[in-house]
Amino acid sequence: MSVPISAPELLSRDFLEVRAKILELAACLDRFQRAAGSVEGDPRMRRIAEGLHLLQSADQPDRAEQVQLIFSLPYEEGWRGKWNV
Amino acid sequence: MYYIDPHIHMVSRTTDDYETLAKMGCVAMSEPAFWAGFDRGSVDGFRDYFRQLTSFEPKRAGWYHMQHFTWMCINAKEAENVKLSREVIAMMPEFLDMPGVLGIGEIGLNKNTKNESIVFLEHLDLAAKRSEQILIHTPHLEDKLKGTRMIVDMLCDDRRLDHSRVLVDHVEEHTIRGVLEEGFWAGMTLYPVSKCTPERAVDMIELYGPERLMVNSAGDWGPSKPTAVPDFIMAMRRRGHPESLIRKIVYENPLEFFSQSRNFQFTPPEGLPTAAAK
Ligand SMILES: [Zn+2]
Repeated sequence: MSVPISAPELLSRDFLEVRAKILELAACLDRFQRAAGSVEGDPRMRRIAEGLHLLQSADQPDRAEQVQLIFSLPYEEGWRGKWNV
Repeated sequence: MYYIDPHIHMVSRTTDDYETLAKMGCVAMSEPAFWAGFDRGSVDGFRDYFRQLTSFEPKRAGWYHMQHFTWMCINAKEAENVKLSREVIAMMPEFLDMPGVLGIGEIGLNKNTKNESIVFLEHLDLAAKRSEQILIHTPHLEDKLKGTRMIVDMLCDDRRLDHSRVLVDHVEEHTIRGVLEEGFWAGMTLYPVSKCTPERAVDMIELYGPERLMVNSAGDWGPSKPTAVPDFIMAMRRRGHPESLIRKIVYENPLEFFSQSRNFQFTPPEGLPTAAAK
């Protein structure tokens, strides 16, 4: 099923919202840096960096799904046998 | 537009919320049994909860001319207590033949533990033996992908289950495909921060089509928005989708799914069909 309205129309409609979300992220990262203590080396920061990197891949048509995968625990094949359930 | 909210926990909401929902076009809702924010101590605690779901909530909905349907189970969080879960499962048949009880739900996984899986499987067994419909909760955030796949494994391993009578709820971008491909129904929950937004739900409709898909608010005692389905309707309109497609998702699809339950008796608003057009 296609998107009924065009890409330029969508961009005009959503531009300010995207800008606001990027700004919010930037301010968040600044705040982490400004506050006492350090989050460097925290695995959550690594996942945030991975997510941000992924957004820039122009040839990726499923960014939302890929971001979800970055923030997901892995599934284990054969889990029923291992637990005997 | 008239709509049905297929997943909302009205026991946690006020009568004012019922009134607001009615004013926004809600004509019916289904309320799965869930975790009330604290662990109940006994099977009688659940019996009283099931009485509230089957008698008081339909009455409150009726004050505003809406129809209330419900589902019975012990939820995944309390399923960690296997002994209590077995007592509740043994008691559930007292309620499963009552008017408005659509089946077993919302069962599922929460932290993807062995005990949760054991209790999930015992619910499936009861559903298969009694030919009940099933409504499933999938875990949130980092547990969702793994938990949803474990749930799909258990459903597919039980050959007695008819996939078209099972709704797997709280799907998101990384879990929706696997659920739909196995022939199950899928629910998208619009919820602040931890689940899906109206715009992303519209995206998933565009990517996967409207068949076997529903949207719900899962409104409960936590931060949630009982009027999330009207937000979705507005997002669909702003994206340029026709009213007929929107109605299919928010009205006809829930009707088609619920109509497979023997205890589903629905009086549609004037001028609307009793069942979804095929
Ligand atoms: Zn729920």
